[in-house]
Amino acid sequence: MTTTADSFDAIIVGAGPAGSCAALALAKAGKRVVLIERGPFPGSKNMYGGVVYPRILDSLIDQWWNDMPVQRWVTRRTTMLLTETQAFSVDFRTTAWGQVPYNGATTYRPDFDNWLANKAELAGAVVVCSTTVTGLIRNSSGAVCGVTTDRPDGDLHARVVVACDGVNSFLAKQAGLYTCTESSHFTLGAKETLTLPKEVIDERFGVRGLEGVDIEILGGTGGVNGGGFLYTNYDTVGIGVVLKLSQLAAQSQRPEQIIATLKAHPAIAPLIDGATLKEYSAHLIPEAGISMMPTFVADGLLVAGDAAAMCLAAGIWLEGVNFAMASGMYAAEAIVEALALGDTSAKGLAGYLKRLESTFVLKDHRKLRRAPQLVLSDRVQHMYPQLIANVAERMFRVDNPLPKPGLRKIFAEERKRLGVRTRDLLKDASDGFKSFG
Amino acid sequence: MTEGRRLADGSEHWSPISFEDRMETVEFRVHESAHITVDTSVCETCPSRECIVVCPANLFVPTADGGIVFNYEYCFECGSCYIVCNKEGALSWNYPVGGHGVVFHRT
Repeated sequence: MTTTADSFDAIIVGAGPAGSCAALALAKAGKRVVLIERGPFPGSKNMYGGVVYPRILDSLIDQWWNDMPVQRWVTRRTTMLLTETQAFSVDFRTTAWGQVPYNGATTYRPDFDNWLANKAELAGAVVVCSTTVTGLIRNSSGAVCGVTTDRPDGDLHARVVVACDGVNSFLAKQAGLYTCTESSHFTLGAKETLTLPKEVIDERFGVRGLEGVDIEILGGTGGVNGGGFLYTNYDTVGIGVVLKLSQLAAQSQRPEQIIATLKAHPAIAPLIDGATLKEYSAHLIPEAGISMMPTFVADGLLVAGDAAAMCLAAGIWLEGVNFAMASGMYAAEAIVEALALGDTSAKGLAGYLKRLESTFVLKDHRKLRRAPQLVLSDRVQHMYPQLIANVAERMFRVDNPLPKPGLRKIFAEERKRLGVRTRDLLKDASDGFKSFG
Repeated sequence: MTEGRRLADGSEHWSPISFEDRMETVEFRVHESAHITVDTSVCETCPSRECIVVCPANLFVPTADGGIVFNYEYCFECGSCYIVCNKEGALSWNYPVGGHGVVFHRT
């Protein structure tokens, strides 16, 4: 293999958070890198249901908070359990998350992803938009050495290709690294961005200035296993549902109808009253964590971000952009190492796996490997929210002249009434403790 | 199709919106060539046809004679249809030509 024929040290496919961080880190290391995006601008194909946790950017962009396109800083975090008529919330707020160095932000992905790709470009990466990568190019020994695109004479060559091409990653599939098409491992996210005046959002959600709220919801999804979310932007709110694809497929309510059900819930409806639809959007989510992840490294090829199924869907923690950014950055570090060694085979690129394993990227996923299945299980989805809500309702209901019954008695009665078996409860508690404990 | 749900007290808490109006909020730069093609003759023998309910853009429409009509134009490119499709050869799925397809709004 000759290096003179390579136009680039690395080709990054997909200018999402993984791709842009990979390109940024490589460009900062002085490598010749091209970042290819199929949309007309980075972020144009991307949506999500939530929050960016940018801590990992500390090591890539000095004081990133100065110009990151933030809608609101999340200073209030609510986890809400919904039954048809009840809502049980755990609500936390802190002023600390509204100050430097911040914790999480709501942002529109077309703004955020575009900003991040621009950072890569400023650092020296070549950013090429409106170009769809159509396949991998391999050399005579089978190592990946470039990509084909839908541009005329659009073949590009490089020492390494990084597939950051998202949840459907056709590159990882083509390379035989990613074989999962099991519908129970995916969720469909569908979201409405609703316009509301800033003052109305501030008042209804109890925030000021750039403070924002993230509400994660269990239940309220029309009986389809999944969850809901509601979070504040500056003068819009994002509300939507995340639905287990295999379950969605097995019933008759459409995604937008399930959003309507959530919006009509008595605990949600007053928050969004009078809002108008600004944009509807949808995206697939790799939800099963470690059990669906592909092989991350092949000769001349790395896989990062959603393409490597790195979304963390663990109930109380719903993250993804941070995992994508970190994996992109670690891919870049491994490539720099491999280039220095002159070995871009899977062996030479093994530093990528080492970094994923030694940081939160795979440590969190390993610790939480039971969580996605647990969170999407029928008991956690339907029985436990009802149990908790019923117990709360009876705890706080004043039944005078009857005396207060006591928590243990209420719990035992409600458990029996809902048919929750002790055996299952103990098993789920054990799984929950192993994951979250 | 309307999304408004009448609440217990009979009130509507937001104005209903048609599916057409819903999709009008999304920008699509449609390319003349289809990125997804469906062999609807295969769909006629499919007992489950899960694509109909999962597609967030409602692009798979059943017909009275048991067939399916598909239009690629207003597609989120999410991939749900090929993940749930269990009929070999029914769907051919690619990304649109560069620069085309769905374009989510930036501010």
